[in-house]
Parts: sequence; C-alpha cells; structure tokens
Amino acid sequence: MSRKPTLHVPHTPARPGEDPDFSYVQISEAGAVERPEINTRVRDMVHLSEDMVRVLDEQHKGNGPWNPHLDEHDLQVGLRHMLLTRLFDERMVRMQRQGRISFYMQSLGEEAISVAAAQALAPSDMLFPHYRTQGLQIARGRNPVDLMCQCLSNSRDMCKGRQMPIMYHWARGNIFSVSGNLTVQYPHAVGWAMAAAIKGEDDVAAAWIGEGSTAEADFHHAMTFAAVYQAPVILNVINNQWAISTFQGFAGGERRTFAARGPGYGIASIRVDGNDFLAVYAVTRWAAERARRGHGPTLIEHVTYRVGAHSTSDDPSRYRPRDEAKAWPLGDPVERLKQHMIVEGMWSDERHDKLIDELRDYVTECWEEACSYGTMTEGPFLDRNELFEDVYKDMPKHLIEQRERLRALDADWDGE
Amino acid sequence: MPQMNMIQALNSAQDIMLGRDPHVVIIGEDIGYFGGVFRTTDGLQRKYGEHRVIDAPIAEGGIIGAVIGMAVNGLRPIAEIQFADYIYPGFDQIASQLARIRYRTAGDFFTPVTIRTPCGGGIRGGQTHSQSPEGLFTHVSGLKVIMPSNPYDAKGLLISAIEDDDPVIFFEPKRIYNGPFDGDPDKPAVPWSTHEKGEVPEEYYTVPIGRAEVVEEGEDLTVLCYGTMVHVAQAAARRVEADAEIVDLRTLAPLDVDTIRKSVEKTGRCVVVHEATRFSGYGAELTATVQEECFYHLEAPIERVCGWDTPYPHAFEWDYFPGQKRVAAAIEKVLEAE
Repeated sequence: MSRKPTLHVPHTPARPGEDPDFSYVQISEAGAVERPEINTRVRDMVHLSEDMVRVLDEQHKGNGPWNPHLDEHDLQVGLRHMLLTRLFDERMVRMQRQGRISFYMQSLGEEAISVAAAQALAPSDMLFPHYRTQGLQIARGRNPVDLMCQCLSNSRDMCKGRQMPIMYHWARGNIFSVSGNLTVQYPHAVGWAMAAAIKGEDDVAAAWIGEGSTAEADFHHAMTFAAVYQAPVILNVINNQWAISTFQGFAGGERRTFAARGPGYGIASIRVDGNDFLAVYAVTRWAAERARRGHGPTLIEHVTYRVGAHSTSDDPSRYRPRDEAKAWPLGDPVERLKQHMIVEGMWSDERHDKLIDELRDYVTECWEEACSYGTMTEGPFLDRNELFEDVYKDMPKHLIEQRERLRALDADWDGE
Repeated sequence: MPQMNMIQALNSAQDIMLGRDPHVVIIGEDIGYFGGVFRTTDGLQRKYGEHRVIDAPIAEGGIIGAVIGMAVNGLRPIAEIQFADYIYPGFDQIASQLARIRYRTAGDFFTPVTIRTPCGGGIRGGQTHSQSPEGLFTHVSGLKVIMPSNPYDAKGLLISAIEDDDPVIFFEPKRIYNGPFDGDPDKPAVPWSTHEKGEVPEEYYTVPIGRAEVVEEGEDLTVLCYGTMVHVAQAAARRVEADAEIVDLRTLAPLDVDTIRKSVEKTGRCVVVHEATRFSGYGAELTATVQEECFYHLEAPIERVCGWDTPYPHAFEWDYFPGQKRVAAAIEKVLEAE
C-alpha cells in the first residue's frame, strides 16, 4: 500500500492539564554500565551514548565501576556548593520578583551538573559556561557578592554594566563569558583546547549548552573541529527536557539520544544521569583524563529536568503540566546526595538543616554587601563614561567625540 | 628594492610574523600543505610546521569560532576565509562574539584575531566569488576593517593587523593580487613591477592602521576610494584630465576623517567610489561624513559610484563593475556643477 509523506511535528508527551509522561526517558540501573579505559576507541564504546551512567541507586548507595569513591570532605564540599547555588538562585529570583534586578535564570534541579564538573576538573582547566551553569562559579570559589553585583549592574559589576544579569565571566577563575547567543561558546572551547595542544600544555577546556542549542550550526562546527584535531575538550549537553516551551524532541531527541550524535563524528560519548552527583563527577573525570592524556574529546549528555521556569520572564504553566517536576524519574540532585551521605553515616537531617540556615544567612549577608556597592535605583553607580571604554583597546577618535557629545548633552540641557 | 606582487607581500608579512612571534598561527581551508588557492601562504607550513599553519575543515563558522578560543588562550591567530563570499557562515561569530568580547568582559578577555579574505570582482567569479561585503563589517562596533590597494601597504598593514590587540577584518582585493588594474579589462595585464608600490622591503615594517593616504594630489575634486578602485579612479581622472586628489582610505574602520576633511576643504568637490552595492553601502557613510564635516566647503553635491544594487553577475561583469567610464562621468558631473 502506498502512503504519502506527512509532515511530522514532534508532540510533547504532556501539556497543561495532562498527566506528566516521562516514559520516553530510557534509564539504566545504577552501576550497570561498564566503565571503559580512557583510551578506548570510539567505536568500542558506542553503547555508552545510549545507556545512562548512574551510580546512586534507589537505596542511595553508590554502585558499580563509575563510583568515584569520594571521601567525606569532597562529598560535603559538593553538597555545600549545590546548596549554595540553589539558595543563591532562590534569593536572586526573589529579588527579581521584587524589582531589585531586571532578570534572572535559576538552575534549580540542575546543580549537580556544574558543581560536580567543576570539582572533577583542575583549576587551570578553562570553562565555557552557558546561562544555567552558575554552579561552576560557586564551585570554583567565586564570592557570590561578585555575581550579585553583576546582576545589579552596580559600581562593582565585572561587566561594567554591559551585560544582562547572569552573563558573568571570571578571567582569574578560568571561566569564560556567558553569551546570550547560544552554542557560540562550543567552538570557542574547541579553539581554546586546540591552542593548549599547540602550546604543549595539558589543560583541557569544557563547555556547556542546553539540548535545544544542539540544533545550532556551532554544535556541528565544534564537533567537527574537536574530532578532526582531537582537541582536549569536554563538550557537555545539558538535556533538561525543555528549551523554553519546546520539549527535547524539537531539537532532534525523539529517536536517538543527544549523546548518540558523538560517535557519528568519531567522538567518545557518554549519557549520564545528570541528577546523580557521583555519576556526573565520575564521567567528567574520565573525560578530563582522556583529554589530558591525548586521547581526544568527549561529548557528555546530562539527563536532567528544568524544575524552574526558563527565566524570570517565562511562565511554564502555559506549556507543561504544573506537577511535572514531581514526576521526573531521576529525582533531585541535592536530595539524592544528601540521602547518600546519610546512608553512608557522614551526614544527618539536622546537619543538613543547619547548613541550609548557615548558607541562607551567608547569601543574605552577600546580598546586603552587594547592595552597598549600588542598586538599580541607588548609588554608587557605574561611571557613565564606561559606555565608551573597551570597544577597542585604545579609544578611537570617533568614540572620544561621541563621549564628549553625551557629556555636552547634559551640560546643554542642565536646568531646563 | 625587491619587487613583490600582493600575494608575495602578504606571504612575506605572514612569514615574518610567524618567525617573530611563536603565538602567531594561521588556519584556513587549503592554506597548509597546498599554500592557499591564491598561494598567499605558499611554503609557510613547510617552514613553520602543521601546528602553526593549519589546514581547516570547510566550515567558516567553525574556523572563526575556533580562532576566538585560540585567541582567548593566548595565541594571535590569522584566519583565512577563502573568499569573502564565504564569510557569512562566520558572521554571527564575528559580529556577536569576536567584535564584542573585550567590551562585554570589560577588557578581562580580548581576541587579537586577523581575518584575511580575498574580495571584489573583475575575475569572472560571478556572485559567489566577487562580493565586496566590507560595509557589513564596518557597521559592527569593535572591528577594525582594512582594504589595501597595493603590495607595499598590504604587507605593512597586515603586520599591523596581526600585532593589533583588536580583531581586524583584512580584505584583499583579489583582482589586484598580481598587478594594478585600472578598470579596463581589454588592456593587457600589468604586473606590480611597473608600479612604485610594487617595491616591497624584505624585512619587517608596518603601515599604521587608521591612516588614509593621498596617492595623488589635486586641486579640483577629491575622490574617496580603496582597494582596486584606487587604480580605476586614477585612470578615470587621467582620462578626463581632471586635477583630482585621490585618497586611498586603506583603513575603513576606524576612518581617517582628518585626511578626508583636509582634502575636501581644499577641493570643495567629492566623488565616492566603491565596488560594493550602493544602497546602505559604505559610500553612504563616507558621503554623510563629508556632508557633516565639510558642508560649507562643498560646491557640488557628492557623487557616489558603486556596484549596481543587483547581485554580482557573471555574464555582465563589466556592466556591473564601476569602471573608468562611470567614475569619469561622476568626476565630470561634480566638476560641472555650479
């Protein structure tokens, strides 16, 4: 029987008013996926792009060859940084709601991905973040005051008022600048890694994008260049199921995983439970060692769920079931690490609550300090001349003239 | 003094900079083993190795994205885009990344990248090998844009571009790679050895970015031009025996307004010439600048001679190309105006 082709438009499994449906998410047993040697040929580890590396099981025990066996100190540091990221986000969302900052993007439910990665990488490794990886900054020890000052565009804003909130950078901490145009940092990371290899240094680069952004040409550019030059780079895809209102099927995730794209380029690829701190740590560590020892790049797909809105300008109740987060099969990364540490006898509910109180007070102190450097309505403000600085290393004549024109405008109209 | 054509001059500039600065690398399509489709990197991979002179996949967006990352990691890369017509896949990386990284990070990161790309028509290249897209780049804050008109300037400006800590788009008018072209396709080709700017020192020297050059002094009108059109304008002025002051802009951004002002204040008349299409073209900026800076010295409306507002054709190349006749007609019109 003959059929005509019909246009296939991917349908989100559940829309508002319907029951959440995550039956499409393929999940492996904790501990079930093998851990290849770091020099394994891409063709011999293709199944890792379809399976899901998981360490923590339902009983909160660590399992299998990917268990990184982190000591008590490392686990506490990881938990602390995830919680601090979450409480920082909570505060900033509230401040946006109160009109104290113009915009914000929280990483609720995705904290393990950036915190575990930053912990698994060396401080000299270069990070190319996207807009929901503030955990990289927190885990690398950045003072939250600096991040808040950026969101406030105040006198201590690292960007000098040139970027929307959350578009941080940190040269000293080896974290590149967040871009509003998506996926652009992917080829930057590959180029950075190529330069490291050209110079004979053993630092690696890592970049993060969302699954929706894999549709951009820069994904293909980066994968091609990473594969061709065997660049020491880790390319992370955070599959949080949602690109604003379109589900992951709209970026091409309906039939194959995002990690499955890697082997086609000749790149080692691993799909990992992004809400499992231990699994993210272990996979990142593996990829970093592979890159550092000259065995080339790795693509990592982190399977997670965007619990909050895309941004403070977004209302997800208009396009997905309200209680969808509760149905997410991979749980919450903070809760899972906490329970694991309790099961291992190194943590307790009391200590956890105490840590939350301590960190919440710390975030409040940070906010107060940040506001002392200026808010959107009260000074100290940035010097307006900064508008014209840093377009070029040395200010060309036409910009000097335009700066003078802006100054003269005030003088001319003063006292009107 | 040694004679060089523009290809040899560009090759010499890159050779010198690869030798002087271990952070300089070149990446582009066919530029390594083969030495480039126009031979501008001939022999450089053999001399400096495949880690310094790197063949790239056919992905202009990837090349430019990668050199940004290299620059952030301390290198000083040169990216060759094989034809300016192919630069568009990299436009997002140029306009929203390369040009703005210094600004958006308040100077904490910067990208000393030079993008070299052959441009312009006159080679029977049709619409995919003849474009002059400089106006798209001069419109982007944070970029410097250069187009030399001769071997001497090409070498000195390319060295300046490579040493510059800001991103530079370096357009190479390919019609004059091998010799100056006066706009008459029926005349036999003339080599650079016949031109004083074909004398190029072997050693390091620079031509400063941001300075135009008065290549011919004159009293009656000013012709603002760059690239191939410098030679066409000179021939057109001779053809109508006009005492024209020919200003070779050399750097399109930032623009040398002082040299333009000085010239037009003296002559009182101005013709603006470029190969690129007219509407919203770079000539509109030049015309507006002359109007703003020299209005009370002008004795005639400013004329623009540009490519027609069509895609660059294959069969009607010499009808499209703003050759001697059109430039000469504009010169006469401006001189005749009361």
